[in-house]
This record gives sequence, structure tokens and C-alpha cells, in this order.
Amino acid sequence: MSTTMVDPATANAPETALANRARFASLVQRQGALAIFVVVVAVASVSFDTFASQGNITGIAVQASFLAMLALGMTFVIMTGGIDLSVGSVFALGGVLAAWGAQHGTLVAFVLPLAVCGAIGLVQGLIIARGGLPPFIVTLAGLLFARGLLLLLSDEGATTYKVPRGSSFRELAQGELLGIPYPVVLVVVFFAIGGLVLHRTSYGASVLAIGGQEDAADLMGLPVVRTKVLTYVASALLAGFGGVMIASYTSSGVTILGVGTELEAIAAVVLGGTLLTGGAGTVLGTLVGVLLLQVIKNVINQVGSLDSDWQSVVSGTILLLVVTLQRALTRGDRA
Amino acid sequence: MTQHSSAAAAAAVGAVGAVGVGDPVLQTVGVTKSFGGVHALKGVDFELRAGEIHTLVGENGAGKSTLIKVLTGVYTPDGGEVRYAGETVHFRRPADAQHVGISTIYQEVNLVPLLSVARNIFLGREPRRFGLIDVRAMNKRARELMAELGIDIDVTAELGRLGLGSQQMVALARAMSVDSRVVIMDEPTSSLETAEVETLFRVARGLRDRGVGLVFVSHRLDELWELCDRVTILRDGEWVHTEPMSEMTRLDLVSKMLGRDVEEVRAEGATEFGSSHRQAGEPALVVSGLEVANRLHGVDLTVRPGEVVGLAGLLGSGRSETVKAVYGALKARSGEITVAGRKVRTGSVRGALASGVALLSEDRKAEGIVPDLSVRDNIALAVLPRMSRAGVVSEARIDALVDTFMKRLRIKASSPDQKVRELSGGNQQKVLIARWLATEPTVFLLDEPTRGIDVGAKAEVQGLIDELADQGLAVVLISSEMDELVEGADRIVVLHDGHVQAELDSTDLSSSELLAALAGDRERDSRPASQAPNQAPTQTEGQHA
Repeated sequence: MSTTMVDPATANAPETALANRARFASLVQRQGALAIFVVVVAVASVSFDTFASQGNITGIAVQASFLAMLALGMTFVIMTGGIDLSVGSVFALGGVLAAWGAQHGTLVAFVLPLAVCGAIGLVQGLIIARGGLPPFIVTLAGLLFARGLLLLLSDEGATTYKVPRGSSFRELAQGELLGIPYPVVLVVVFFAIGGLVLHRTSYGASVLAIGGQEDAADLMGLPVVRTKVLTYVASALLAGFGGVMIASYTSSGVTILGVGTELEAIAAVVLGGTLLTGGAGTVLGTLVGVLLLQVIKNVINQVGSLDSDWQSVVSGTILLLVVTLQRALTRGDRA
Repeated sequence: MTQHSSAAAAAAVGAVGAVGVGDPVLQTVGVTKSFGGVHALKGVDFELRAGEIHTLVGENGAGKSTLIKVLTGVYTPDGGEVRYAGETVHFRRPADAQHVGISTIYQEVNLVPLLSVARNIFLGREPRRFGLIDVRAMNKRARELMAELGIDIDVTAELGRLGLGSQQMVALARAMSVDSRVVIMDEPTSSLETAEVETLFRVARGLRDRGVGLVFVSHRLDELWELCDRVTILRDGEWVHTEPMSEMTRLDLVSKMLGRDVEEVRAEGATEFGSSHRQAGEPALVVSGLEVANRLHGVDLTVRPGEVVGLAGLLGSGRSETVKAVYGALKARSGEITVAGRKVRTGSVRGALASGVALLSEDRKAEGIVPDLSVRDNIALAVLPRMSRAGVVSEARIDALVDTFMKRLRIKASSPDQKVRELSGGNQQKVLIARWLATEPTVFLLDEPTRGIDVGAKAEVQGLIDELADQGLAVVLISSEMDELVEGADRIVVLHDGHVQAELDSTDLSSSELLAALAGDRERDSRPASQAPNQAPTQTEGQHA
């Protein structure tokens, strides 16, 4: 702050400097992850011949698409000032239910997981919004509940449901549109809708207002309870749908999936510049956050000598770096 | 569920007939409300007519805030009824009151700081196109509204980056943007500058002339005669008096409000400050050449024990910055601060606290009070380290301390365990003062200690400041109220643009002389306002930066 030299005689100079600083800070807040992403991709493309190959990029995109679904819902939850720890378990539950349902037809494979996951989200949302209980605790309970349900369904993981060979359900994640895998197409579509919803609908406005100042939102007559409930339902539905996609992708219901995925989703959202306290952020930032995490994993896999455990170490370090940078630049910016 | 209630509200609007000017638009009949055995409202009758500005006055705990919250749907009354345009209504939440056309402007700005100005104005009622929010139309309409109000604000700017005054104007614009029949303003002027107050009054009168009923609450008594048509006085949760403003004298109003004799009030003066209490001795606080980037350019200040030094200056002159820098909350670029002869490290709150400096900040909501903690815990917060041995807190010692301060400061709470959130503004302020006094400071910096609290509590706080100085505390007092500075301070240091402009002995000083000193700098600049029309906006910007 004191490093900026300003001449006190010219009244406008410090204000311009301050405004520029504020603009730069908000740019870093929003685009910091993008900058790191570009750097990592550039370095990786130069260092590894295989990185920029079409196959590898498609692989990254498909693998990122599952986390992206969870992170999209998490973005809205965090923007209301909440948190949803249940999405990892709900994601896995959705997958198992879809795989089980696929044995009874494609329709069941879609409807069953979405219905169950949606119901979990609804209960969580009602308890949080109506009952005023802390989201952290409520969704932690949701995490345990969904994981338990999943283990019951799969005989503690002993039974793995398989999507029948030739089932059209496999098409969902294994098919392509103009050479682009469906999961990637779906993510693009969902994020486009998400951006529109956040910035161009009154629901989105309410989400931001609640995260920014919940009391004020209430006094302004915004539907605080309804907005929160909807947000947790959407988060659970998106996690469930991510599960449906992965069941289609792997042609089975894998029970060990989704452990810790909720934390990865939170990391992606924060990397993407959404304030953890809520009230500001973009869905596009979240997408960049997801891609950054996925690229880091991919790069570490490319370095043959590195153990895959390094993925978490590096991801954690970068998360800390970005958040520290955001904090340092926005300090004193807001009272 | 919310849909259901808005449908009900919409039905209520449909049922409401046209209300002619002079007819009652909003009424309460025998409204009661209690909180845990405390009767906040005891059968209050209140009537607001269309096309009038009606002020509600009353002391701390008289029930004004509670009545307003009943009118705006924040509280549901325990008994009695609320009538809107002659029909009984049951508001269950603020949205219900808003849907029928009751807008409220609160003392503390209740908007969303991270969203843009235009967003804040239209939240919940955004203009749409093809079902989506039409951002361009929204910004355009916001700009038009601002132009109508005569305010120059970038409507796409983040609200939180604006000054408090501008934020209040945005709240006003929001209230105007809905076709309200009733506008309730709960201390809207407490954070406004003179020019902004005038704008607010202009808009309020405009609304009245259009047949809107306005409720106006302010602790600045002069404003009531300037703006209001009728007055309703509440005391201890009961209706006391309603009369046209023009037929009421200031003394009359104060005596009815306090329930005291007119003669008694006359004898005691308007503020509770006693005579001066200057004492000789080594200075308790010496500040020299204090500089803060862009804000302060060499401020000098000396305060002796037992002395109250007033800091005067227009908004943005560096008053708050000076005390914040002394307290270490603002980083000083250079300058020296000495407390009781010992040099204090600048830029460190811990250092300042350790050497006996306490700051009662301007914004008690954001920077001081912990609303969900009890009175006891709020007071004990700052002294916990001293009250514990090997990390274990001595509950008995804290109880004794809290008890002492609650008595000494006459804090009105049902018990030390009551949540501070439930107390009135005046009592919250006293809790904060108690917290700081518990640290046994040598120098007490008070930034607008009586802002936004009732006349009665104000008097008590003023009396308290006096008492503290008498006991040898060195006090720095910031206030935008001339009377308070002139009567409360022994010396007044006038700041302008981060410089000390003048130092006045307040013994024989009148408010108008202080005003002249505050305005004096402009003349010295030999640039009368009329010749430098571009001067004013720049200054306003500086204040909000």
C-alpha cells in the first residue's frame, strides 16, 4: 500500500492509483486461476509432447466434467454463504443408483438417482433455510447419510452393479457430438445456463444478495428461504447427475468414488475467485478452477517418476497460493 | 410458501381502496408487543395520514423501533391490529409489507455491499426481457432515478465502495423506485452530510406532495421542525401525545418525551455536559506529525489527563483517520505518538492497547459489538487476558467487573446474560464503552459516541464522558454535532484535509463560531463556492474514497 508513490499535491493521482489497484486486485481475484492455468498449460505443452495431443486434452476434459458438475452446484451454494459437504457422497450414490437402475431401463437410470439425490438436497435445504442450522453440520450429516445408504445398497461395496451391455444408457457419457464427448458438451451447456441463471435471473440476484448480506436480503423482501432451498436442491441434483454420468462412463456403479470430492469442488470454486463468504463470483471462474486441478493431475501423471500422491500436494499448494494472493491484493480494499 | 404470502399480499393490495390525501393510510390500534416479559409496546395507537410527514419521537426504549418493526412486518404484534388503508392487515415478514407498498429506509444501510448500485435498487424487481434480467434497462432506469434525485453516482459501481451517505441515497432510490404509499425512514440522516440531508428532505417533500405518507425518525431535533407535519411522542412503550409540529415548542417536545417538567429541562440545558474540567499535568497523549498516506498530512494533538479534546472537521477531513492511526488500526507513514511520556509503536493495535489507548469506533455494528454474545461476554471480551490465570478465566472476577460497569454506566438489560442484539442502540453503546473502560485506559478515543442513539441515552453518554474526564481520563471526542463539541470539549482541534486547521478554546465558544471555524478554510483559500463550481464534487468524492 505504502509502496505506491503518490504526490499529495495532485488530488486526483492517488484516487486514480487506488482505482487502478482495486481494478487489478479484482482482476486477480477473478482471473488469478486463469493466469496460472494458462502458464501451466503452456509449460506442460512445451515439456511433454503428449500433453497437447488431442487424446490427452479430450481425456482431461472428460475427467474434469464429473467434478465440474459438482463444482457448479457448489458455486451457487458458496455464493449464498453456505457450504455443501454432501456432494461427494451424493455423487457416488447417484452413480450406484444409476447403474442399478440401468438394469431396469434407461429411464429408471436417470429418474431414480435424480429423485433420491434431489430429495436429499431438499431435506438439507429445508433444515438449513427454515431451521437455521449451520450448513456445515447439516451437509456433513448428509455426507454420512448418503455414504451409508450407498454402502447398504452395495453390501458394503461387495456388489458392483453393471450397466447391461448394449444399454442405451452407456451412450450418455460414452457417445460424442461432432467428435466431442457428451459429458464435455453437457458441462458446457450446464455452465452456460448456470452463468445465465446467476447473472440474469432474480433467483441468481437473490443468491448473490443472500451471500452478500443476508439480513438486508430479508429486509428487502427477497425470498431467502426459497432461494436457499433451491440452491441445495440444485447442488444435490447436479452431484447426482454427475454420478449418473460417471455410471454411464464406467458402465458400473463404483462405490469408492466421491470420497473427498466435495473438498475438491470447494477448492475449484475458491480457485475460481468465488468468495468463500459468499456474495461474489462467477461460474466461469469455477470451470477454470476445475480445469486447473485436472491439468495439474494430468501433468503429474506425465512425469513418470512422480507418485500420483503429488497431485494433492501440488493442488493444495496452488490453492493456498491463489487464495493468499487474492487476500493480499484485496486487503484494505473493503472495509 | 413465499409465493402464497405474496399472493395474499397482492390480494390485500387489491382490496385496498383509494386513499385520499389526509385520510389515514397506516394505523395501529392498541398494538402490544413484549420480549421475554419486557413490554416494549403497551397498546399503542398511531395514525399516519396520506400526504403527511409524521415523526415518531421518544427516548431510549420508548418503543419507536419496535413500533416501526411492527409497521414493516419485521415483528408481528402480540395484540391489537395494524390497518393499512382502512383494512386490517397481518404482515408476517418484511416482504408482506413491501408488497402492499410500505418501503423502509433503515438507519444502518441494509443493502448488499458486493452488488452494484443498480442491482441494489432493483433487487427482487429487476426489469426483464425474454424472462431474463435486462441489465441495460436496469442500469438506465437506475441512472434516471439517480438523476431525479440529483445524485451523481456511477450505478454500475459496487455499492460497498461508496460512502455511507451515498449508500443511504441508494436506499432512498430503492424506496422511490417502487410506488410506495408509505415510506418509513428510521434515522436516515445519521450518516448523511448537510447537502445529502437537503436532498433527502427535498425527495421526502416531493413524495408527500404526491400523497405518500411518511414516517420520519431522527435524533436531530432541528430536522423535525424543518421537515415534519405532525409528531407522535412515545414513552415507555406507551402513546403520549400527537400534535401538529408547528404547535409544538422544542422544550415542550423534550419535556413530553422525557416526562420531565419544562422548567427542569430549561435549567439543565440541552446536553448533559457539565462545566470544563481541565487539569494541568503531563500530557497523557502527544501526537506529532502524524501522516497517513492520502489521508493525514502531519497532525499534531496533545491531550492532558482529565481533558476532553474535541476533533472537529467536515467529513473526510481526517477526524476518524486520526484516532484510528493513534489506535494503530491505520498504518502511519510517519509521526510520533507518546502516551503518558512513553513512545508507542505506530501501526500496532496491540501496542496501542498495551500502552493504554482505547478506541470506541464510529461503526459499532461492524467494528465492536458481538450481537449474539451476552452483555457480560461483550464487556469481558477485551479483558479476558487480564482476567485469567494460566489461561483459565476467573468467572467470579468477571462477574464482579461486569456488575460494577452495568451499575456505573446504568446499562438497561434484563440480566448480564441478555444478548446484546436485544438491547437498544444506546445501551449497546454503553456496553462497548464498558468494555473499553474495563481495560483501564489512559487515553479514550471516542468516534461519534452518541450517533444514532436516543436523546435520553445521548444525555447519559455525554454525562458519562464528563464523569470519565473528571476521573482523570484523557478523552478525544469526535462528533458531527456542534453542540456536543462546544459543550463537551475543553478544546477543539479543527481538521481540514488531514491538517490541523485551527485550535479553539471552547470555554466561550458558540456553535456558530465553531461553524465559522469549520467553514473558515474556504475563505482563506480565497475561493468562494460560487466561483469554483467544480470544487464541491471533488470534495465529495474524496470523502467517499
